[in-house]
Amino acid sequence: MVRAAIVGAAETTGHGRIPDLSALGLAADASLNALLDAGLTIADIDGVATGYLSPAELAWYLGIEPSWLDGTSIGGCSWLAHVRHAAAAIEAGLCSTVLIAHGESGRSFQGMPNYNMVERQSLSQQFDAPYGWTGGAAMFGLPILRYMHEFGMTEEQLASVAVVQREWAAGNERAIHKHPITVAEVLASPMVAYPLRRLMCCLVTDGGGALVLTRADRADHLRQRPVFLLGSGEASGSYLTGIAQVDDPLRPGFVRRSAELAFLSAGIGREDVNHLMIYDAFAHTPIWGLEGLGFVEYGEGGPFIEARHTAPGGALPMNTNGGGLNYAHSGSYGMFLMQESIRQLRGTADAQVPNASISLCHGWGGYLSACATLILGNQLP
Amino acid sequence: MNISTQSSGAKRVAEELSRNAIPVPTPETQHFWDGTAAGELRLQRCSLCAQVFFPPRPFCPACASRSVEVFAASGRATLYSYTINHVQPRDQPQAPQSMALVQLEEGPRMISTITDIEQTPAALVLDMKLKVAFRQLSESIWLPVFKPDTGFS
Repeated sequence: MVRAAIVGAAETTGHGRIPDLSALGLAADASLNALLDAGLTIADIDGVATGYLSPAELAWYLGIEPSWLDGTSIGGCSWLAHVRHAAAAIEAGLCSTVLIAHGESGRSFQGMPNYNMVERQSLSQQFDAPYGWTGGAAMFGLPILRYMHEFGMTEEQLASVAVVQREWAAGNERAIHKHPITVAEVLASPMVAYPLRRLMCCLVTDGGGALVLTRADRADHLRQRPVFLLGSGEASGSYLTGIAQVDDPLRPGFVRRSAELAFLSAGIGREDVNHLMIYDAFAHTPIWGLEGLGFVEYGEGGPFIEARHTAPGGALPMNTNGGGLNYAHSGSYGMFLMQESIRQLRGTADAQVPNASISLCHGWGGYLSACATLILGNQLP
Repeated sequence: MNISTQSSGAKRVAEELSRNAIPVPTPETQHFWDGTAAGELRLQRCSLCAQVFFPPRPFCPACASRSVEVFAASGRATLYSYTINHVQPRDQPQAPQSMALVQLEEGPRMISTITDIEQTPAALVLDMKLKVAFRQLSESIWLPVFKPDTGFS
């Protein structure tokens, strides 16, 4: 069977604040960096995927003549879904070498695409936006109080997510926030949308990244140690109107669906994963991920993180770049998850986990209404 | 580098969201907004499988039947979960307000806000009983909001 491998990976040249490039320009910058990383050229690429921007426009802008395109835009996890789709396309012989690119001017707001979040007459515009929805925290945080009520999670446990991730961030050169914080400091930071406080919220940055995928049998001749897609899943439970419409917001079935697809296709169990990246737009979302993916039971995610199982030195290192809370978050964070998984599997991460060999990457879309899951490894089974 | 939720990007998003805060109906949702203007919270029910659903659509999301009816809901609900949003657009500063997940008596959940009560964790208690009310946003649009159900109306 033909398998796909990630042979090039890079982030944008600048990081955090990049006022001199538009979203398209950031995607192009990351693309050129990823091609350089792979030792390939524009002429090698025959497939292009990106989210929210047009893959056709990006291909043309870079001088690529694509015969496969994917513009799946299902929120911040879109780029994980692109990897799943691109691998299937490569395995099916539809194309040979795919560029997946993300560029976003989340901070400087240069050349930003329309996210269709509150498009006039959309269901979200009619049924979400009128209720004082002014950004991510109020909407993303909606299920937290119910969770605390049902499972007894404390605000201290929620705050511990931010504390532990800051510890990982300290080891990352490119992390924006690196100085240590305490639970008390997190709980003393200004309220953004109760119960979410400032230090429980992600950054707002400029940046992006890109990946190059090709057939695994070509990867041996290329520059980098290949990273293989061992398994993957994707699923949605609703749309922005959102978590309100998910059957059980505390145990969302779509998350488990994506996880089961990924583990089944990889043919591995939870115990085989030795590095984890779970999209942290806000402090609670890694908890939803740990539980939905089946690493812990529902209700156990907060105590699990508080007990330092995901912290430096813990058995299940998670969000080792510091996460969206500390490293980068341009509005869509999925690409940054994958970049860190790949660095860990290549053995080139700043906060390198010894012997990382299987990394699970889980992204969210649309305020916990969609997700995608990748299981990556540095060896073929 | 001071990178926080108060970036120009975050503010742009907040302003864009607040500018679009008056619902513009589609043909499929018009009955809902006609209902709120008439003082009714209108839901839909499948004529075949009896599923009650929201938001509006001309078919049943449970069984795909196109035989669906519109009916006036009781307006009774309970508070499933909420946030209290402190992020307000620069051009429309206002006090923190609740965004709530409301569990309707008939089954569906909807996003709304809780009014006529202090916007504090002490006042907003999960599972509290709520009753729909309507807030006028424009000449034709009345927004369903919820207030504590005191038993008198």
